[in-house]
Amino acid sequence: MKNIWLYILVMAGVTYLIRALPLVLIRRKIENRFLRSFLYYVPYATLAAMTFPAILFSTDRIFGAAVGLAAAVCLALRGKSLLVVAGGASLMVFLAELLPIF
Amino acid sequence: MSQNWFRKGIRDGVPICLGYFAVSFAFGIQAAELPLSPLEAGILSLTNVTSAGQFAGLSVIASAGSFLEMALVQLVINLRYLLMSTALSQKLDRKVGLGHRCLIAYGVTDEIFGVSVTVPGKLSPFYSYGLILISVLGWTGGTVLGAAAGAILPGRIISALGIALYGMFLAIILPPAKANPRLLGVILAAAGLSALLYALPLGEFSGSGLAIILVTVLVAAGAAVLWPVAETEETE
Repeated sequence: MKNIWLYILVMAGVTYLIRALPLVLIRRKIENRFLRSFLYYVPYATLAAMTFPAILFSTDRIFGAAVGLAAAVCLALRGKSLLVVAGGASLMVFLAELLPIF
Repeated sequence: MSQNWFRKGIRDGVPICLGYFAVSFAFGIQAAELPLSPLEAGILSLTNVTSAGQFAGLSVIASAGSFLEMALVQLVINLRYLLMSTALSQKLDRKVGLGHRCLIAYGVTDEIFGVSVTVPGKLSPFYSYGLILISVLGWTGGTVLGAAAGAILPGRIISALGIALYGMFLAIILPPAKANPRLLGVILAAAGLSALLYALPLGEFSGSGLAIILVTVLVAAGAAVLWPVAETEETE
C-alpha cells in the first residue's frame, strides 16, 4: 500500500478546491434564469442518480436491499429525520435478511 | 445575532449528526478492513467530509491506484459540490468576506447544503458553522468508532448498515418532492436514466461517477428548460 497520508491529502485537496472555488469566485447574483433553474434541480437529480440503482447493491442481498429501499421511501415521504430514515432502512434490511427464504 | 445563528445551526444539525454517525460507522468498518487505523480513518473523514467520495476513495486505495486516479475519482464524484457551492454562493450576502467563504466551503455536503438552502433569506456564515461543527463531529466520531469496533460486529449488521447512506439521500430529496411534482419528476427521471445507464453494457462507465454527472446535467438541464423556476420558489 502506498502512503496513506498522501492519498488522504490528494482526496482532501481535490474535494476542498471543488467546494471553495465557486464560493470564493462568484460574488454576484446569477441573473440567467436557465442557470438558476439548473442549479435548483441539481441536488435532486444527482442524489437520485447516486441512490438508484446503487442502493440495491448496498447490502448482502438484493432482496434485503429492496425491503430497505421501500422502508426508506415510506419513512422519507412521512418527513422523518435523516437518522430515522437511515436507521429504519438498516433495521428493515437486517430483519429481511434474517428470513430464511433464499 | 451571530450567536443565535450559531445555536440555531447546531440545533438544525443534530439530525444530520446522527444520520452521519450511522453512515460513517459503516465507512469506518470498511476502512478498517483495508486496513486503516482508527486515527487514519478519522483524519480521512475529518478532512474530506464526503460520503460517496470517501467510499470510492477506499476502493482506489484498496487497488493501490495512482494519485492521479484518486484525484480524478474525487473530481468526478464530488463535482456536484461545484454546483452546490455555486448555488450556495447565491445565498450569501455579497459582503460576506473571503475568510467566511473559505470556511463555509469546508462543509459543503449534500446534507448541509440541503438544510442551508432551505433557510429563508440570506445565509449567515455562523448558521453554517453550527451545522458544520455538529455534523463533522458525528461524521468523524462515527468513523473512528466504526474503525475501532466494527470488527466485532456480526456480518448481518454490517450488511444492514450498508444501506444507511442511501436512506439518508432519500430523506433529503423526497420530502420536498411530495409538495412539488416537478421535483418528483426530476428524481424519477434521474433514477430511471441512472438505472438505464447501469443496465447498458458500457463497461466501467456503468455506475461510475461520470455516469452520475452525465445524468445530473441532462436531467437538471431538461427540467430547467421544461420548468424554469421563479425566484420565489428557490428558497422553498
